Amino acid sequence: MNRQIRQLGVAMLVLFALLFARLNWVQVFDAEQLTADPLNTRRVVRDFGQKRGNIVTADGVVIAESIDVDGRFDRQRQYPQGPLYAHVTGYFSFEFGATGVERSYNDELAGHSATQRFESFFDFFGDGDVSADVTLTLDSELQQTAANALGERRGSVVALDPRTGAVLAFYSWPTFDPNAVSNTEIDAARAAKEALDDATGEPLLTSAHRQVFPPGSTFKVITAASALENSLVTPTSPIFPEVIRYQLPLTDVALQNFGGTTCGGDLAQSLARSCNTTFAELGAEYLGPTPLIATAERFGFNDTPPFDIPLTATSRFPDDYGIQLGESDKNPPAPIVEGSSLLAQASIGQFDVRATPLQMALVAAGIANDGNIMEPHVVDRVSDSADGALLARVDAELWRQAVVPQVASTSESMMIGVVDSGTATSLARSGLTVGAKTGTAEVNTLAGAEDTHAWVMAFAGRSGSEPEIALAVIVEAVPGLGQQTGGAVAAPIAGILIDTYFG
Amino acid sequence: MKAFFIGRHRRNSELVLIILSGVVTTGAYVLAALGRLASIPANVLPFLIVVLGLFFAGHVATRFLAPEADGLLLPLAGLLNGLGYVFIARLNDDLAAQQAVWTFLGVGLYCATLLVVRRSRDLEQFRYILLLIGLGLLVLPLMPIIGQTINGSRIWVRIGPVNFQPGEFAKLALAIFFASYLVDKRELFQAGTWRVGPLRLPEPKHAAPVLLAWGVSLLVMISQKDLGTSLLFFMLFLLMLWVATERLAYLFSGLLLFMAGAYVAWTQFGHVQTRVDAWLKPWDDPLGGGYQVIEAQFGLASGGITGTGPGRGFPQRVPAAETDFIFSTIGEELGLLGATAVLMAFVLMIGAGLRAALGARRPFSKLLATGLTGLLGVQAFIIIAGVTRVLPLTGVTLPFVSYGGSSLLANYAILAIIVRISDEQVDRAPDAPMPGRRRAKVAAGAR
Repeated sequence: MNRQIRQLGVAMLVLFALLFARLNWVQVFDAEQLTADPLNTRRVVRDFGQKRGNIVTADGVVIAESIDVDGRFDRQRQYPQGPLYAHVTGYFSFEFGATGVERSYNDELAGHSATQRFESFFDFFGDGDVSADVTLTLDSELQQTAANALGERRGSVVALDPRTGAVLAFYSWPTFDPNAVSNTEIDAARAAKEALDDATGEPLLTSAHRQVFPPGSTFKVITAASALENSLVTPTSPIFPEVIRYQLPLTDVALQNFGGTTCGGDLAQSLARSCNTTFAELGAEYLGPTPLIATAERFGFNDTPPFDIPLTATSRFPDDYGIQLGESDKNPPAPIVEGSSLLAQASIGQFDVRATPLQMALVAAGIANDGNIMEPHVVDRVSDSADGALLARVDAELWRQAVVPQVASTSESMMIGVVDSGTATSLARSGLTVGAKTGTAEVNTLAGAEDTHAWVMAFAGRSGSEPEIALAVIVEAVPGLGQQTGGAVAAPIAGILIDTYFG
Repeated sequence: MKAFFIGRHRRNSELVLIILSGVVTTGAYVLAALGRLASIPANVLPFLIVVLGLFFAGHVATRFLAPEADGLLLPLAGLLNGLGYVFIARLNDDLAAQQAVWTFLGVGLYCATLLVVRRSRDLEQFRYILLLIGLGLLVLPLMPIIGQTINGSRIWVRIGPVNFQPGEFAKLALAIFFASYLVDKRELFQAGTWRVGPLRLPEPKHAAPVLLAWGVSLLVMISQKDLGTSLLFFMLFLLMLWVATERLAYLFSGLLLFMAGAYVAWTQFGHVQTRVDAWLKPWDDPLGGGYQVIEAQFGLASGGITGTGPGRGFPQRVPAAETDFIFSTIGEELGLLGATAVLMAFVLMIGAGLRAALGARRPFSKLLATGLTGLLGVQAFIIIAGVTRVLPLTGVTLPFVSYGGSSLLANYAILAIIVRISDEQVDRAPDAPMPGRRRAKVAAGAR
């Protein structure tokens, strides 16, 4: 038996060595990643009772501050504007951690960034307050306008400066009151959180950047840009047929124009009129999968924008359409693949194409900014709470070049055409140059349901100068509400924002 | 006289180690109070005196009742128990007060066991009674009225104001039964006269207890929803069967049987699936099934190499931090260093226990020491493995460290029996005076 006992000893040693190895993994090698996990609230807990800087809008409105209280903690976070900026600031809760800018700028607000630590190290005689204020790029008037214009309709408004990526308005409804979740009374906070988790429309899941929707016809701008970039078409040639329906390749199924109307003309006219038939044919028979996937990805699809509000969702453009079966009769011919019928639908922003409202705002911004999409950001600068000294500034950074400047310029003109004589004429403003694209995206629900998402993406600038604002607006489909078109429902909201911005 | 010197030497080093572990415990207690309340607790000195006094009592009992036993076992138990107490006190004052009482009773039970069990072989004669007691204790929680379900596991019995887990004591009773039964029947198991294909198995009637143990362990798992205990019983039996028969085939076929049983349980039972899901992909349900394990990983990660310092972490965020997850508490606040020290303490304890088994003369004692040591080792392994996500979590206590009266008492009784067997092993010089031998001589002379 002694041999077995010795073997048992060795086996035990091996098992405990395994535990030791695992501990090294969890506590040392993987520790940083675990500490950075969004669910990990330990750092928040440590920071909770400490001084914490304010979050203010670009025009100086305080939207998050810490007030002194008696209770478990010395301080309690307060959001004077209530639900208006909830999706930007996020909440700061002892029980549920932090979200939004409260999370992404936690170190700076709490005074834990490298510079602030360095400062506190030499601050022997100070009061040890190294917390910093975070100033946003958001404009309070524009944000309030967005909230008023959307009202209590499910949807999102994203407006940004296409030249810098600075976000000017960022509002989604349903929203929530961050004060309730940030309450330091456990029961109250928990009740608020549970109510929000159960609420319809998922108010905590910001629809502007954490939810994706079929972009519908707004996607046609990308399909057009792809065809232009690959020199397959020009805005004026070829002339697409005036038809009611387009036979999807390799199927018996026909794709119809919106409302069953005839539609066609050259590329610019087709975009202005938003012809499904034109863009389905353009995608399936002129472009083929590879170029369209490439252009969509250069616009940011299948990637996650670097955004300073955490947990941004990835917009998707399907990238597998099966093997090639033949060629189209165009010159040059495009490959006809197993999934050409799906590609045709993807070309008009249906099938499995999904985008966040933020992503579509970035598409408009890229077109308006010579094809260059800047990194979107809501934070402008970090400054010392005590003396206002600038600690850090967020610079404009290029995220990606979506198309070459020439194609961007052509697309810009075509989007202006949509406002001049297309589906978004309600956006025309004297003294301003406005370009837009509407979308009315079908929701894959029960057969016969006609609920649609109403979209518009747009840009606007003073006549003769570069666009200063790019926007995306979605009013989401609500079961039973029926068809709501981008032109009638979403475009007016964009119009109100443009008026406020330039007014 | 050599044995006497060995014994005295061992007892003196045991005393030094006990003082050391008392000082370490008190140091951790002070640090935890400093970390939590930024003040040195007023009762440091009484605390130190009580800790030292308590284990000194255990030491004195060992000195008189098992003078030649291994000197590592009691100090290691004291260290683990002391550290456990410090972290329980840091988490929950009420539980700490109870744990202090249980510690007193545990050390008392240790002394009492040494006093009552003067020779390990005396236990052998009670094997069938112990089998009945063991099985009875196992099914006791299933009884109406007294059986209690706590945290989803029906492993509790409530009698009057006292809740206890009879399964903890069943381990000890069944280990003694297994040791005695297997030593008796091991030739039958070794012979393997029944040929099935390439395998040589014991006659079905002799193999029946193996299958019975397998069945009972699965039954316990299903009926009481207590995965940890069932795994523990089965491993205990397998280890002892393997060591007794010296045939690896039993170990492997047993493990295969268990895996098959576990697989079926996984496909059939929701609570098993929950555990497996929480192990493999806790992030799929971070606020539900995965919460405890994820928080434990966060805690361990925040501890890093040196820990946050006692009282300065957030171990209370992990549910069951005082019991099943005490190890993540230690890992968070004492870091990799402290957690490794706990691992080392268990490795040393297992080493000492197996050394006792190696030195034991009688097969029964040898097997019993192996089984009980294996029990401590496997139990420590499966809960630490569960906490660190090496294995699915199966709720058992970390011996001597976790909060829990039944567990602490049972483990002190187990420790006492290992110490008893260790005391019997000393290699004596051929002419060393020894009561048994002298009697034999007298008998020879009389013939």
